[in-house]
Amino acid sequence: MPELYVSGAALGALAVAAAVATLVRGPALAFVYPLSALAALALGAVDLHVLLGGGELVAWLPIGLPTIGVHLRLDSLSAFFGIVINGGILAASIYGIGFDRAKELTPRVEPLFPLFAAAMNLVLIADDAYAFLFSWELMSLTSWALVVARHTDPESRRASYLYLIMAAIGTSALLFAFGGLAGPAGGYGFDTIRAHPPQSLVAALVLAAALVGCGSKGGLIPLHAWLPLAHPAAPSHVSALMSGVMTKVAVYGFVRIAFDLLGPPSWWWALPPIVLGAVTAVLGLLYAVLDRDLKRVLAYSTIENIGVIFVALGLALAFRANGQHEGAAVAMAAALLHVLNHSWFKSLLFLGAGAVLHATGRRDLDGLGGLIHRMPRTAAFFLVGALAASALPPLNGFVSEWLLFQAVIAGQTLPQAALHFAAPAIGAMLALAAALAAACFVRVYGTAFLGRPRSVEAARAHDVPLAQQIAMGGLAILCILGGLLGSVLAAVIAPVLRVLVGADLSSAGSGPTPLSLVAFDPARSIYDAPVIALFVAIASITTLFVVHRLSARRTRRGPAWDCGFPDPSPATQYTASSFAQPLRRVYGAVVFAARETVVMPPPGDNRPAQFSVVLTDYVWRALYAAPGRAVLKLSERLNALQFLSIRRYLVLMFAALVILLSIAAVMI
Amino acid sequence: MNQVYDISHLLAGVMLVTSFALLYQQRIAAVLNAFAAQSITLALAVAWAAWSENRPDLFITALIAFSLKGVVIPVALHRTVARLGIHREVEKVVGVGAALMVGLALTALAQALVVKIAQGPASQAREELALALAIILMGFLMMIVRRNAVTQIVGFMSMENGLILAATGARGMPLVVEISVAFSVLIALFVFAVFVFRIRERFDTIDIEALDRMRGDRR
Repeated sequence: MPELYVSGAALGALAVAAAVATLVRGPALAFVYPLSALAALALGAVDLHVLLGGGELVAWLPIGLPTIGVHLRLDSLSAFFGIVINGGILAASIYGIGFDRAKELTPRVEPLFPLFAAAMNLVLIADDAYAFLFSWELMSLTSWALVVARHTDPESRRASYLYLIMAAIGTSALLFAFGGLAGPAGGYGFDTIRAHPPQSLVAALVLAAALVGCGSKGGLIPLHAWLPLAHPAAPSHVSALMSGVMTKVAVYGFVRIAFDLLGPPSWWWALPPIVLGAVTAVLGLLYAVLDRDLKRVLAYSTIENIGVIFVALGLALAFRANGQHEGAAVAMAAALLHVLNHSWFKSLLFLGAGAVLHATGRRDLDGLGGLIHRMPRTAAFFLVGALAASALPPLNGFVSEWLLFQAVIAGQTLPQAALHFAAPAIGAMLALAAALAAACFVRVYGTAFLGRPRSVEAARAHDVPLAQQIAMGGLAILCILGGLLGSVLAAVIAPVLRVLVGADLSSAGSGPTPLSLVAFDPARSIYDAPVIALFVAIASITTLFVVHRLSARRTRRGPAWDCGFPDPSPATQYTASSFAQPLRRVYGAVVFAARETVVMPPPGDNRPAQFSVVLTDYVWRALYAAPGRAVLKLSERLNALQFLSIRRYLVLMFAALVILLSIAAVMI
Repeated sequence: MNQVYDISHLLAGVMLVTSFALLYQQRIAAVLNAFAAQSITLALAVAWAAWSENRPDLFITALIAFSLKGVVIPVALHRTVARLGIHREVEKVVGVGAALMVGLALTALAQALVVKIAQGPASQAREELALALAIILMGFLMMIVRRNAVTQIVGFMSMENGLILAATGARGMPLVVEISVAFSVLIALFVFAVFVFRIRERFDTIDIEALDRMRGDRR
């Protein structure tokens, strides 16, 4: 099987690149990125071949644990996620090629980049619990090391510390999940687990553990706290990988466990992912709308998208448990396509944020502005990403959200009262999230790229090198094509759907045009992206034409209207904070206990007036700060145990022994 | 056949009695004598098992128990005590009465536990197993109710006697394991001895609470 050798060679090349990169210094490190791009291209090609051609690749390596070794398997699900991941790696690598060889390469980042890429690929092809957990942990550790690369910044250190804790919690939850799946017999191969799915109580515990393990990696609220700190702290192309791609590995883990290994679902399995996902979607965007850091806003938006994906996965579980295969296929298609689409537009947006950071050295929205004139190409690509992230047709974000809403509406037909009544509520929350997403990206784009520059750095910005423009441009083209050709993508993922939910989009191809996407029934649920795109294009061109016809021919340039204030200061513009103020007043008071204080000095006093906003993060306070304090308090109490005499230690051991023996005597 | 078990039970019972005796001795010399008695009884019990069950390898175990723990170690400890001049000091943490009551409770616990877990054809050996477990627990108890380092050593060796008894009754422990256990106990004894002399040199006492004062432990 030549595919096997191609995959092996590509993964080996990544490992060798990592090893060599630890030995070289300075500009020589630049070799990492072309090599990673080639490896990602090769791995992606194998994935595409497997997904389109059917079949699967299986390999067994006699490394790792004795007699068990490492089982690897590339099936259609792994192949689909492999395409998502290697696409992201390819874009990030091309972006990396554009780095300034003299200044931007550091031995802290470049050796880890190919290792991180290889680890994510390994997670997907692992076919036993040992290999899965090992590569999962490798992925966590390499990404952690990339976050801590700029360790001189105290924010980075805090972010990486929190990330390390959350990664440890997540992996230990997954350890329990696989322990439950393996059962008392201890069959840790995925094929053994598949043959003996666990009993219902164990299955529920496994599902909960998987939700914690994968949810913490993907940023499901309330396990999200590390994500908006750690993703932005990494170098931008790594942020793109972590946010656009690594969160998808988390989704893959959940799909693999919940849909493949856990056996036939019960209907109530659907509730936790749906409820958590919907809360995550809304809260994630509320955080995003109120934040003023460009990369952190994008990270919060990632949290929102993961919430959307989990809602779709939950719906797919519900439909599948009730034997409604058509609905399950629509919900699953929504989840998978959103995985693909989000990886494209979020990678694009993070690379764009990286370009802005590179050009201006700033991430705070209130210090940017006017970049559309100084970085026109980046601005155009970022606009495409922002439109896709706001789920506007005809871009790709809309396709998956549309499918999801079709599934939500079909949720009315679910027989269980809980799901039946949850569906409209979830739909309303998703609609709110969609509206907030649009507001969020209008705010980001408006403050960063439009208006006048708010800082000297923003005024001196320049566009990024060609390789980075190619990386962003390629992703932007993918976002547009993914929107227009949604039906083609849906056909490509059909084998995955058949494996996961036992059906594909049954009425595909029955729409009025060859490219129309049909969810359930061509009579009531069709999305015709090319037609809509054509309409939008015709309407815009006509409007443009008419406006130009009716108006004066020549373009006149004049000063912008200044609201009657002839003050040239860019501080008079709307800022990110002022744009968010209405939303903060409406939602922030309840969700974040937002409190605004205005300090107005009395007349005659020449101090400036001050306006400040205090937000309270309840999730952090209740679920992170409080347990942290409790652990500290407990460890202070237990500290006394470290200073006992030998005899008292013996007493403790003796007491433990006697208690255990007494329990054994009573219980057995 | 019953006689075989009666005699082995008798010997194990005598060992348990010496364990109780260890707990209430006032003088260190008496503690060491009680320990020597226990070790010699152990040697007899193992030799009886070797003869009655026709397992000649156990004779070696019996020989090791007799020579090392019945003679060499008690004599060595006697000489240590004489050199240190501490033959009257047996500082107790709890009173004799309370220690004996706890010892009784531990014996009952060992009985209850073994009766529950050891059922089936091997149940003939379970009485002996219960006695052995009781001896182990009482050795442990001895280590924690005495402050003197020498009596702690004796408690430790007494635990080891219980282990050997259990191993003999369980018919499972091969000689290699046996020898290594005996050897490790010997090493532990050396460590203890060196430790005791060091303490003595530094603090003029072998009350281990002297160590605690050095590290600020509050009694």
